[in-house]
Amino acid sequence: MASGFTREQVTAVAALAKLELEPSEVELFARQLGDILAYADEVQQIDTTGVPPTSSLAARHAADRADERRPSLDREDALASAPDASLDAGFFKVPRVIG
Amino acid sequence: MITEGADGAGKMNGAPTMREVRDAVRSGARSASEVCHDALSRIEALNPQLNAFNTVVAERALARAEAIDRDRDRWRDAPLAGVPVALKDNLCTRGVRTTASSRMLEAYVPPYDATVVSRLESAGAVIVGKTNCDEFAMGSSNESSAFGPVHNPWALDRIPGGTSGGSAAAVAAGLTPLALGSDTGGSIRQPAALCGVVGLKPTYGRVSRYGLIAHASSLDQIGPLTRTVHDAAIALHVLAGADPADATSAPEGVPDYLAALTGDVRDVRIGVPRALVEKGVDPDVARALATALDTLRARGATLVDVELPHARYAIPVYYLVSTAEASSNLARYDGVRYGFRAGANPNARIPNPDLGTMYARTRAQGFGAEVKRRIMLGTYVLSAGYYDAYYLKAQQVRTLILRDYERAFTGVSPVDVIAMPTSPTPAFPLGERVADPLQMYLADVFTVSASLAGLPAVSVPCGFTALRLPIGLQLTGRRFDEATLLRVADAYERDTEWSKQVPPITSH
Repeated sequence: MASGFTREQVTAVAALAKLELEPSEVELFARQLGDILAYADEVQQIDTTGVPPTSSLAARHAADRADERRPSLDREDALASAPDASLDAGFFKVPRVIG
Repeated sequence: MITEGADGAGKMNGAPTMREVRDAVRSGARSASEVCHDALSRIEALNPQLNAFNTVVAERALARAEAIDRDRDRWRDAPLAGVPVALKDNLCTRGVRTTASSRMLEAYVPPYDATVVSRLESAGAVIVGKTNCDEFAMGSSNESSAFGPVHNPWALDRIPGGTSGGSAAAVAAGLTPLALGSDTGGSIRQPAALCGVVGLKPTYGRVSRYGLIAHASSLDQIGPLTRTVHDAAIALHVLAGADPADATSAPEGVPDYLAALTGDVRDVRIGVPRALVEKGVDPDVARALATALDTLRARGATLVDVELPHARYAIPVYYLVSTAEASSNLARYDGVRYGFRAGANPNARIPNPDLGTMYARTRAQGFGAEVKRRIMLGTYVLSAGYYDAYYLKAQQVRTLILRDYERAFTGVSPVDVIAMPTSPTPAFPLGERVADPLQMYLADVFTVSASLAGLPAVSVPCGFTALRLPIGLQLTGRRFDEATLLRVADAYERDTEWSKQVPPITSH
């Protein structure tokens, strides 16, 4: 699977990742991602029957806090770094959503 | 340039330790303003060659130093009184540009401080600037920075290591005695080793990550780069502790790390994973490791062979897990709330026809090649049909890597720390591995396993190659046992002079 990373696959993954790629990048990534995944294939040879996955090493559970209102960022501060925002109305502005 | 330490001792040609600087300010031998001026003039003189800083905040730093001088009583006992600090440019600073060395955040000014920034300032530190790093802390050589690579102070045509390359170079060249870095798979330890300074990655959760620009959230940790282990212990004590703003920060109490530095390692058992470190290691690095182990044995430590059979899978596991997490974390850069937006200029040649196109163009133009590559890899391994084969499998092997360490630390012949080289090679020439990402990833062979296991690890200088390039000894400890880790590293440092060496560039 990994060794044959096609241009079509690269284009499909780029669409999922919301990345517009140049044709030269599609070629490059097809080769490089194929190489990296071929290297990663050795992981698949390991017997992991009955081994639980480790997804986090946090010492406590993220939900272990009181569900209380607390001060947060001012709206003005939150909008200050936006490429396009309406400070008066208090919202971010984006191009039209439906093409 | 004034280069003397507080007590005149250890005035290593322009590179006083953090403790010397701090003690001089505390005693009144030097003012915080003088110390700050020195740091700024050294940065001005050397940064054009090193490219270690993305941003220098001279006025802000001097104002802060003057405030400390005006209110000396308040700062008399402060652990970092007047200490100039460089922050990796992925740590948010209120009102100071924070770029993660990416075009995406080139003009981003955070509205809040990272918790570590507040902690440093409460301890009396003076922030002088933001250091260059790999883009979004992805790389092993600092060459993925959108603002050009950092140059190694020991050999300007070589990499400083990555991703905290600017922080390591700043401390090595004596620009600041303390810098903060972040470490996801070796990003504090590897540049520390290649630049000849001390770099500490604390236990996952030991230091709050609030305000650290996220790369891989189950691996990221902030830590100090310093000239000595003693300085690292002081810094960790300031940085460590639970933080309500970071749910993954640990509630464990923070011990007195300085009290742990007894120099006594007679009760310490040091594990050496021989099978792992005998392959693919530069001969000078292998010799330096052997000599360092002899030094520790001569001090009374016991050397024990340990096996970490799954550590050899750590690189592929790391690149599957970290890219999956990164692809998710970096989804936030969409040109809406902050950062770069393609076609944002109303006179743009090609206006965005719709929201989806704006996202894709913003990310295409805002991210560099390595970041795109990792987002692509991470998106792929999380996608339907491949999740079990790659991501889930990698998480299972991560468990096996963790169990290897647990067995070494708590098994029938338990050890207190595990020793190996930090990097298999010294600093390589700039450009050597840029075209081959896989070769670049192999630079992390000894650092990624401690990251996957969430364990504390420190790199301490342990010699030089024939070409006079620094070599680092990596020690890995038990979870939340930075005290033992630092005790062993400090004991080693007491018997060696490596930490006192400074690169030739500093005497120019």
